[in-house]
Amino acid sequence: MSQSSPPPLLQIRGITKQFPGVLALDNVSLECYPGEIHAVVGENGAGKSTLMKILVGAYQPDHGEIYLDGQRVHFHHPRQAQQAGISIIYQEFTLLPYRTVAQNIFLGREPARHGLIDRRAMVEKTSELLRRLKADAYISPHALVRDLSVAQQQIVEIAKALSLEARVLVMDEPTAALAAEEVNLLFDVVRSLRDSGMAIIYISHRFQEIFELARRITVLKDGRHVATVMAHEITSADLVRLMVGRELEYYYPPYATPEEIGETRLRVENASNDFLKNISFELRAGEIVGIAGLQGSGRTELAQALFGVKPFTSGKVEVRGRITHISSPLAAIRQGMGFITEDRKREGLALRQSVWDNVLLAFRALQHMLTPVRLNGAGGPDVRALTQQVDLRAASLSQPVQYLSGGNQQKVVLAKWLATASEILIFDEPTRGIDVNAKAGIHQLLRALARAGTAILMISSELPEVIGMSDRILVMHDGQIVGELPAGASEADIMLLATGQQLLAGEKRS
Amino acid sequence: MKLSVPLRRRIPSIYIVLLLFYLAGWVLVSLFGRGTWLSGTNLSNMAVRSVALGIVAIGQTFTILVGSLDLSVAYLISVVAVMASYLMQGDPDKVPQAILIVFGIGVGVGLANGLIITKLRLNAFIATVGTGLLMQGVLNASFENFAGAVPASFQDFAYGKLGPFPAPVLLLLLIAALAAFVLERTRFGAHLYAVGGNRSTARLSGVRTDRVIIAAHVIASLMATISGLFIVSRLRAGAPWVGPDGAYDIESVAAVVVGGTALSGGRGGVGGTLAGVFIFSVLDTMFNQLGIDPYLKQVFRGLIIIAAVASYSVRSRETAA
Repeated sequence: MSQSSPPPLLQIRGITKQFPGVLALDNVSLECYPGEIHAVVGENGAGKSTLMKILVGAYQPDHGEIYLDGQRVHFHHPRQAQQAGISIIYQEFTLLPYRTVAQNIFLGREPARHGLIDRRAMVEKTSELLRRLKADAYISPHALVRDLSVAQQQIVEIAKALSLEARVLVMDEPTAALAAEEVNLLFDVVRSLRDSGMAIIYISHRFQEIFELARRITVLKDGRHVATVMAHEITSADLVRLMVGRELEYYYPPYATPEEIGETRLRVENASNDFLKNISFELRAGEIVGIAGLQGSGRTELAQALFGVKPFTSGKVEVRGRITHISSPLAAIRQGMGFITEDRKREGLALRQSVWDNVLLAFRALQHMLTPVRLNGAGGPDVRALTQQVDLRAASLSQPVQYLSGGNQQKVVLAKWLATASEILIFDEPTRGIDVNAKAGIHQLLRALARAGTAILMISSELPEVIGMSDRILVMHDGQIVGELPAGASEADIMLLATGQQLLAGEKRS
Repeated sequence: MKLSVPLRRRIPSIYIVLLLFYLAGWVLVSLFGRGTWLSGTNLSNMAVRSVALGIVAIGQTFTILVGSLDLSVAYLISVVAVMASYLMQGDPDKVPQAILIVFGIGVGVGLANGLIITKLRLNAFIATVGTGLLMQGVLNASFENFAGAVPASFQDFAYGKLGPFPAPVLLLLLIAALAAFVLERTRFGAHLYAVGGNRSTARLSGVRTDRVIIAAHVIASLMATISGLFIVSRLRAGAPWVGPDGAYDIESVAAVVVGGTALSGGRGGVGGTLAGVFIFSVLDTMFNQLGIDPYLKQVFRGLIIIAAVASYSVRSRETAA
C-alpha cells in the first residue's frame, strides 16, 4: 500500500538534540505523507515537544536533517519554517485577544494599498478561509478573539496556517482544553485539511482521538524512536506497552507497612469545581498517596482545590474528621496543610531572600501581622534543626535561595512547611528539574516524613516515581478520579486508566 | 450574511461618563456657582483648556498602546517652549526656522527614547524619566526665566478663530482624527496594537517590533512638540517650568488610562483618550465656577482616575471568567 502512495512531503532524519544534562532526542526519524495524519505519542518528557520545536525552527538540532518535498531545509527561525509551509499550533495560543479574527490572521501580512489596510480584502480573504474550514457560520471575521471559545480560537489558528499556505501542520495536543462537542468540530476541520492533501502531525495523549484520526502512529520514549505502526494494526494495550516498557534501575525506599498507616487526616467526598468532578478519596497519616494522570487531567487542579487556591465549589472536605471549608491558602495552612508546588521558583520561594527567611515564610504568615521578627529566632521554629532535618546543603542560612541547586531549593520549600508543623503535605511534581542524585534524597525525605506520621499526597507525571513511592495510586482523567491502584501497580495499568480506556470500556458497557 | 460590529464598541462608554460630568456641572454650577455653564463661550473655553493636554495625551496613547510609556513629555514641552521663544525673539521672520528646529529636537528626543528602550533594553519608565531629567537639567542650566518672546502673529495659533471655532481646538480634533486613522487603517497601526498586545506574537508574525516602538516614541515626542508650541504661543514666552508645572507627563498617562487604553498595551484608542482629557477639563471648569479649593480638585481627579481604571479591570475580570 505504501508503495503506491506519493513520496513523503516531510522527512525528519536522525535528529539528535542534547540539552545540558539530558539527551532530549537521540537519532529520531519520522516522515509524513500528503493527506496523512501522523500521530506522535509518548510519555511526558519523551521528546515530542522538542522534536516539533526543531521541526518548526524554534530549536536547532545537533545532528540530523529535515527534508520538505525531498529538498533539505534549514530553519533558524519559526518564520522561515512558516514561509516554507510548516505551521504549528501550540497548546497555548498566540492570538491577540483584543484584535479581530481577520486582524489576527493577517497580522504582519495585512493586505494594503498605499500603506492603508485594505479592510475589505482582509475580511473577504478571512471569510474565504473560514468557508474553506466550514467555520464561517459560527466565526465572524469581525469578532474579537477573546469572545471566541477555545475551539473557535483553534480554528482561527488553523485559518492562519492556511493563509500561510501551510502544507505541513503540527498540532500539539489540540484537544487538551476542549469540551467534547468542540472536539468534534475540530476533527471535522482536521479531516477536511487531510483530504485536501495536507500532511498533519498530531500530538496527543488521548488514544481515542488518535485511533479515530491517525493513519500511522509513531511512539517516542526517552528521546528515542520506539516504533512507527499503522493505527489499524495495533491495539491500545500494545500501544501503551510500547510507550512505557522500560527497565527500572533505581531503588525507591520501601513502602509503608500496615502498622505505619494511621488515622484518616483528610477525607474528600463528592467534591467538584469548574475543573473537577465528584472527587472522593481519603488520605491517612503515614501514607503516601500518588496521583497519576496525563497533562490536563486535573492533577494540579486537585492540589489547588485542596489547598484553597481554586477551592471546591461543592462536596465535602474533612480534615482530621471535621468538616472544613478551605477557601484560601491561609485557611489550608491553618488546617496544617502544606503545598509544595510544581513551580518552586515562582510559587514556592522568595528567590532573593535568604534560606532563613524562606523557611519562616509560612510560619510568619500564621502569626499576627505585628509580631516582631526576632533576629535570633527565639520563640519561633528552630530553622537550623529544620534545615538539618531536610539535609540542606547551603553555604549559610543567610544565603539567598536563588543560588542553591534545584534539589536544595526544594528542600528549603519542604523546610518551610515543616516549620508550620504541617500534618498534610501535597507535593506537585516533587522532583521536576532535579538531578538524579538529589532525586533520591527527596524520595528518602518523603518517606521519612511519612514514617514520622505525615500524610502525603504526591502528584507526579513520572510514572516510575508514582509507582516507586506511592502506597496507593489514584489515577485521574478528565477532572475525575477514574481508579485506585495498589502499591507497585504496573505502568500499563496506570496508562490504561489515564488515557481513558477503562472508562470508555465502562461507559460502553453501561 | 451580515456581520456588523456592535454599536457599543463604536461609542466607548467613557463618552457617556463625559456627558454625565457635563450635566453634573450644569446642575451644580446653576445651583451654587457663578457664570453660565451652558453658554457657547464656556464650552469653547473648556475645549481650549483641553488642547495642550489633549495633544500630548494623543501622543502618549501611541506609546502606551505599544506597551511603552513616555514620562519625558513634560520636559520636552519646556524645551520646545523655551527654545521657540528664544529663537523667535519676537521676529516674525524667524518663526519658520524656529519651528523647524524645535521639530528637529522633538524627533531627536523621540528617537533617543525609542532607541534607549529597544536597543539598550531599558524599561520605558526609567529611560524616559532619565531623558526628561536630562532635558530639564540642560534647560535650567541655560535659562533661568522667560527667554525671548514669540511674535504677535504666532499668537494667532493659540488665540485665532475659524468662524466661531477656536483654531487650537480644531487643530486638536484634526490631530485626533489623523491619529485615529493611523491606528485603525494603516499597517503601522495594526502592528502597534500587535506589539503592545503580545510582543513575541508580533515578532513571530514578522512585525519589526523595535521599529514600531521607536516610531511610537517619535510620534509622542512630536505631539509634545506641537503642544509646547501651543503653550508658548499662549504665554508669549517660554519658561523652563511650563512643562512640569502642567504635569503633562502624569496627566497625559492618566487621561489615556481613564479613556480606556490598557496601561499594559494592545488595547484602546485615541477616542477614549480625548474623552479622558475632556473629563478633566469639565471638572476643572466646574470647580473654578464653584469657587472650590484647587487642591480639592486634585483629590477628585485622583478619585476619578482610580474609579475609571478599577471599573475597567473589574469589568474585564467579569467577562474573562
